[in-house]
Amino acid sequence: MPEESASHIPEQFESRAQQEEADALGIWTFLSTEILFFGGLILSYSVYRVSYHSGFAEGSAHLYFWIGTSNTFILLTSSLFMALAVHSIQDGDLEKLRRYLALTFTFGAAFLGLKLCEYYLDYREHLVPSVNFDPTHFLHPHSAELFLFLYFAMTGLHAIHMTLGLSALTYLYIRARRNDFSKAYHSPVRVVGLYWHFVDIVWVFLYPMLYLINN
Amino acid sequence: MICLLADIPLFPEEAGNSAPQVDAIYRALVGISTLMTAGLFVVITCFLIRYRHTSEANRTMLRLSPTYLEVTWTTIPMIIFTGLFVWGAIVFVKANHPARNATPIYVVGQQWYWDVRHQNGRHEIGDLHVPVGQPVQLIMTSADVIHDYYIPAFRQKYDVVPGKYTSLSFTATKPGKYRILCSQYCGTDHSLMTGYLFAMRPDAYQSWLDAKDGTGPQSMAETGARLFRTFSCSGCHGENIGVHAPSLAGIYGNSVPLQGGQFATVDDQYLRDSILRPTGEIVAGYKPIMPSYQGQISEEQVMQIVAYIKSLSQPPASATSLPVSNSSTP
Amino acid sequence: MSSASTTIEPSPTGAPPTRHPVTPDYLNDGYGLRSWLTTHDHKRIGILYLLSITVFFFIGGWAATMMRLQLLSPHGDLVTSETYNRLFTLHGVTMVWFFLIPSVPSVLGNFVLPMMIGARDVAFPRLNLLSWYIFVLGGIFTLYATISGGVDTGWTFYTPYSTTYANGHVIAMASGIFITGFSTIFTALNFIVTTHTMRAPGMHWFRLPLFVWSLYATSLIMVLATPVIAITLALIALERFAGVGIFDPRIGGDPLLFQHLFWFYSHPAVYIMILPGMGVVSEMITCFSRKRIFGYKFVAYSSLAIAILGFIVWGHHMFVASQSIYAGMIFSMLSFLVSIPSAIKVFNWTATLYKGRIHFHTPMLYALGFIGLFTIGGLTGLFLATLAVDMHVHDTYFVIAHFHYIMVGGMVMAYLGGLHFWWPKISGRMYNEKLAQFSAAIIFVGFNLTFFPQFILGYLGMPRRYPYYPPQWQVFHILSTAGASVLAVGYLLPLCYLTWSFFFGRHAPPNPWNASGLEWNETSSPPIRTNFEKLPIVTREAYDYPYPIKSDA
Repeated sequence: MPEESASHIPEQFESRAQQEEADALGIWTFLSTEILFFGGLILSYSVYRVSYHSGFAEGSAHLYFWIGTSNTFILLTSSLFMALAVHSIQDGDLEKLRRYLALTFTFGAAFLGLKLCEYYLDYREHLVPSVNFDPTHFLHPHSAELFLFLYFAMTGLHAIHMTLGLSALTYLYIRARRNDFSKAYHSPVRVVGLYWHFVDIVWVFLYPMLYLINN
Repeated sequence: MICLLADIPLFPEEAGNSAPQVDAIYRALVGISTLMTAGLFVVITCFLIRYRHTSEANRTMLRLSPTYLEVTWTTIPMIIFTGLFVWGAIVFVKANHPARNATPIYVVGQQWYWDVRHQNGRHEIGDLHVPVGQPVQLIMTSADVIHDYYIPAFRQKYDVVPGKYTSLSFTATKPGKYRILCSQYCGTDHSLMTGYLFAMRPDAYQSWLDAKDGTGPQSMAETGARLFRTFSCSGCHGENIGVHAPSLAGIYGNSVPLQGGQFATVDDQYLRDSILRPTGEIVAGYKPIMPSYQGQISEEQVMQIVAYIKSLSQPPASATSLPVSNSSTP
Repeated sequence: MSSASTTIEPSPTGAPPTRHPVTPDYLNDGYGLRSWLTTHDHKRIGILYLLSITVFFFIGGWAATMMRLQLLSPHGDLVTSETYNRLFTLHGVTMVWFFLIPSVPSVLGNFVLPMMIGARDVAFPRLNLLSWYIFVLGGIFTLYATISGGVDTGWTFYTPYSTTYANGHVIAMASGIFITGFSTIFTALNFIVTTHTMRAPGMHWFRLPLFVWSLYATSLIMVLATPVIAITLALIALERFAGVGIFDPRIGGDPLLFQHLFWFYSHPAVYIMILPGMGVVSEMITCFSRKRIFGYKFVAYSSLAIAILGFIVWGHHMFVASQSIYAGMIFSMLSFLVSIPSAIKVFNWTATLYKGRIHFHTPMLYALGFIGLFTIGGLTGLFLATLAVDMHVHDTYFVIAHFHYIMVGGMVMAYLGGLHFWWPKISGRMYNEKLAQFSAAIIFVGFNLTFFPQFILGYLGMPRRYPYYPPQWQVFHILSTAGASVLAVGYLLPLCYLTWSFFFGRHAPPNPWNASGLEWNETSSPPIRTNFEKLPIVTREAYDYPYPIKSDA
């Protein structure tokens, strides 16, 4: 028998179908706000990239390409596991759901771990604006500093979103352990799944913008 | 225009070439707005009286198509607004387009005063002396935050932005003394960043110009030449020098090829950027070895060097500058 | 209560509300601070917002009072320049983000929207409560910044002043607004999802009251524009914290990029502020004319048109900011265009009065005041959209007068009107009608005296944000301050009599105005927690009023 929370429809809704429609529209609306949120940064970046192409190329060349690339694969894989998690609970398989949630979490955490290492290496290389930025490394120090400011802002904001995503995954995992989800009711899993995929897509934009200028 | 009731001014004086045109549009707008507001007021008041709940007026609906009414009261405003837009745009474009023979005057805004230098070196703080009947172009930048140079009697203002040159173009039409006010909030003493514009007849202006202040008789270009040597620009950009740097003689106004294939026009903004951020737009074929003067040289000094380089392009007697275009970079 | 269609029934006056004897109304459904602070009920959350924004209104109003007193004399010494600059910043920030933006949506919208569409609550009640807590948290940051000495950048935070030169707690203030932005986003998200998914059976989109349409359009703007100001403020804070950043001209940053990002949000923000008020006016005009709105679909679509067009006019704040002249021309043309849908509304409201049966209750007075003052404010917007005129009046008192006519003459009057209109439903009580009509008149007179002289001041050349000014302009400032003192009385009166009526007023019937709408005909005054005993089924169009009388075929 499904748990109390799995069968209980909140008071404001008339039916499960209405609740699920609301959840889906809710997350899509929220994601559109996120597009605008990241969009402001991406716009600023694009405007300066056009004006200061050489400086931005120079800044990009100082980033750790292999960390960025590995992270891209790691994040894409975690998205795959998230999709499998949603798929498994659509079939009612709680066991697989838990396993795939754990895998998604692991790969997401690996992404963040590598990102932190990369930040430390950036720091060691004197690439952090206003903290220890060394202009003598660059032919175009001003625009390279602009690039790096945006690099830290964009990847930092993305990392914050990843962290929030990991918390959401943890929440889902705990509820999955309590058998809160079933074939009939698993809306939260879909909602978090959409969020996770969105954070992944943002990275798919950031990666070429930041790491692939010279290629 | 004075409010006759109490000798209280409702309009500032018209003392610049654009002022009458701006006032004409303003009056048209006031007229249209008054008509619309009054019309609406009258109609609504009539309805309120006629159809108040205690009256027994006829409330049977007319058989008038609502769509016809909606289209009418949408289209008529659209036509009026298009006319107003075009009129306003034309006056604005003309006002902001400097004349070919405009006299440049250099303005640096900083917290909290205006620093003005005339071409011949005459320097003033806060105020601005201009000749009546001759076009003037103010070439302006800020040393710190955004300011705005506002002359109500001319009906013109323009922002003064750090990092770029902006311009205000006008021809004074009436001798007199007119207020200048900063109208972009810039900090504590924003409201004290005011001064007076003195519009003088050309002969009076010329004698004012010639009576320079005690400090140095040099023109902008002459001061700029001195700075060119003091800051060691001549070390690389002087003639017959071994270091590979673009020659500056005659360069002002030319189009130069940049690394990367684009072309840039050598105007005031380009020269300023080349001094303060030299590795930004390097001329093709040259290495990026010029040091930046950011932080070592004031905005006034940059303007003087720019004036000097401009003077290398033509006979020093007449120095006409390219219109500084008010468009946003980057 | 019946679950039938929305027919009007004559309502008794003066008697306590009739409802099922066992179900308590939402005010009596649980007592104590905890039941209020952990409520999921959209109506209680509306009240929580009502209390919070009233506090901020009077803080912002106090700042304005100080400013107007300082401006009584050309070189007044009530406050220093430094303090004056912090006052106008406080005034702008509190009034825009902590009063105007949440006023109608978060108070009246939260209260009325679910009932209007026939729902028991919004789609995400817990998110709704979270919105309020986020609002309060943002407010605390802002108050902290103020009490620690304040910020003097203006509510517009132009760079590089705000990032490099300003003293004061810019990061705290920016954080407060950033946080409150999420309150706005979550409320809007709730409204969008609720309107789409929770309408009662039979409540098709074109049967919705126009208030719902206006809230929906507002929510679309909120959801798309607010994230942009959020990231912009975050960049300001980051740049200030780091000491170097993307708006810094010393490393090639462009101060104008900030302006584009800021105004891309802040222009739609003014439509966030006015659209809900227009929706309220539609409700009040129809009710007190006893007449269907003229041109329902045009009014509904005009809300959407304003929302869309509002996103592409932001450059009209930057005509003399070194924006390209071609961009200026495009923004000018579009700014003229965006005024058309608003004009359509004004004409439709006027046409609604025609052949109606007009009553002059307080909400109607506010609605009529709105139409007049919003028209003046909107027309003066055309002056600013005209490139050549803006060249002269940009950043002067003309602009101040323009937006206060719309925000205060328009929006605040709409808010007060709506508050009076739905007060019987919210509190279950009636207020003193004569006192309320008197206050509305005082506000109208005080408002015009305060702000009309400012148009003249602006054309004379008085810039904004000046604590000191040339003495020739003093007479206009004196008129303006005199008006402000009258206005202040006008605002204090409702605070008193509405509060008094909440506890001691005559009990209200379910539908004291004989208004059309589910919130009037299917609920008690005040409503029960779940709004309806049984969900209604809608079979009639909106605004089911007796007029106009159809002519015989």
